Amino acid sequence: MKHWTKAALLMAGLALAACNDPGYLGSDNYNTNDGALGAGEAEAGSVDDPTSVAHFQEVIGDRVLFEVDQSTLNEQGRLVVLAQANWLLANGEYTTVIEGHADEQGTREYNLALGARRASAVRELLVAQGVADSRIRTVSYGKERPLEVCSEESCYAKNRRSVTVLTADVTG
Amino acid sequence: MTRLLATILIGLMGLGMAAPEAVAQNGPLRIEITEGVIEPLPYAVPDFVAETQGSNQVSKDISRLIAEDLSGTGLFREIPASAHISSITNFGSPVQFADWKAINAQALITGGVSVSGNSLEVKFRVWDVFAGQELGSGLRFKGTVDGWRRMAHKVADEVYSRITGEGGYFDSRVVFVSETGPKSDRKKRLAIMDYDGANLQYLTDSSAIVLAPRFSPTGDKVLYTSYETGFPEVFVLDVGSVRRNVLSTNNGGMSFSPRFSPDGKSVLLSVESGGNTDIYKVGINGGQRQRLTSGASIDTAPSFSPDGSRIVFESDRSGTQQLYVMGANGGEATRISFGQGRYGTPVWSPRGDLIAFTKQNKGRFHIGVMRTDGSEERLLTASFLDEGPTWAPNGRVIMFTRETRGTDGVSALYSVDVSGRNLKRVKLNGGGSDPSWSPLQ
Repeated sequence: MKHWTKAALLMAGLALAACNDPGYLGSDNYNTNDGALGAGEAEAGSVDDPTSVAHFQEVIGDRVLFEVDQSTLNEQGRLVVLAQANWLLANGEYTTVIEGHADEQGTREYNLALGARRASAVRELLVAQGVADSRIRTVSYGKERPLEVCSEESCYAKNRRSVTVLTADVTG
Repeated sequence: MTRLLATILIGLMGLGMAAPEAVAQNGPLRIEITEGVIEPLPYAVPDFVAETQGSNQVSKDISRLIAEDLSGTGLFREIPASAHISSITNFGSPVQFADWKAINAQALITGGVSVSGNSLEVKFRVWDVFAGQELGSGLRFKGTVDGWRRMAHKVADEVYSRITGEGGYFDSRVVFVSETGPKSDRKKRLAIMDYDGANLQYLTDSSAIVLAPRFSPTGDKVLYTSYETGFPEVFVLDVGSVRRNVLSTNNGGMSFSPRFSPDGKSVLLSVESGGNTDIYKVGINGGQRQRLTSGASIDTAPSFSPDGSRIVFESDRSGTQQLYVMGANGGEATRISFGQGRYGTPVWSPRGDLIAFTKQNKGRFHIGVMRTDGSEERLLTASFLDEGPTWAPNGRVIMFTRETRGTDGVSALYSVDVSGRNLKRVKLNGGGSDPSWSPLQ
């Protein structure tokens, strides 16, 4: 229980910082500093290193988007979560907190519950793929942590999301 | 805070003079608070007489605040001092009714203030000008000089009460979430203030998200949801000492949306497990949790009826968010909302007669009220985002959160009469959300 708490606080901090970083989401600008690297010589920890957090976030994809008021994974979302499951199975030293989020078009309490449903949908598929339940925790932020802040569907669509946040399991 | 309470509670003492009887019942000086437009009642509140050295300023301040309270309701209209013909220089002297009739002041409030050290005494009378007699009898409040705002609110509550026949709500507080920073990085702290925005105090820092504080029935405790452990959990905070305890720890799930029972002994809250949210009841000191709803739907935002026998809540069991009423121990629930759109965050009125709610329809949000069986739905507001109503202690005014749209969107607190009149923004530095109105102090 205790290490979860620490990890969660750490992750909450990271997630916040990430919100302000335009590069966090994008898959466009992760590959800009690798000119010196030959094929297959990924720098450890870079997105080209398949065991890195950066790779998980940007190549596998750490987030899944949801339709309005829905918590069912669509086909695209399902494929992302399947890839997440494979990665987690191959990188057993990581645990994860799955964040569920909602857009601002809903009441606070309902959106908290809706975010929990979304996070839970991701968790269920990860577990079905063999990821140990004990490695996963879920948290809902409802509409409290929007990634995009315009009041248009273009922003809402990005805010209706789950984010699979990795943390190295310090207790093993 | 405790000091304030102690000093004010000396309160209410009669001035020991016989009051004319039954003036309030049938005289002209009576506002019936009903729906529809009413003409505000004209009144005058000349500066209270400063009866001791050094009480000049506080006398003026108290008189002005009484006027602010009364006129702020939209039910009263002050006739300014510049229009007054006579002035009140001695609290004990007979009132020159003709002078007040001439300027059409239907009600006149006279008072005297004396200060001795840090102790303050305020006495006042309410006059029915056209009947030429006193309405009720004179009263005297004792307190401290720095508690003068509460004294003024108490006088205004008494005046409001005598003229409308309803309980007052000025001597009350609001606990809410203070918001600062841009929408992309909003900082939230619990804060408490007088109903009019004065005497703001913070109860938490902004290191963790806090949501939806709720007052206990006696106003000394606050329930709220905090992410301080990294996961949403319900805390109970003692307003006087600002000490807080987690109310319930969940194994892997989150808990949120708490609310006190009318006797203050138990708490309703939502508990999430495996993505499913249900309503539970738990003792204020923890103990056995009783599950009140079940099934795969989102069941949340519970609120007790004032007699504690029933609970209104929202559920999407029908496919969309709707309002339901069930018994205090759960069991079968009856749906009460049937209009177009979605309904959430129901709150039972302290009078027991109405349920306030948030309604979402065609891209707009509304605060509305309906009878407890769902009939006579009325929408009081409309905007991009209105939500989370809370009732004034007399059940006549509702405060809520209004958020503006777009990247620069901010949250503010608004209040509106249950009639739909007198919509206004609560004075506040910075943003605010999730208000909860205290009982009358």
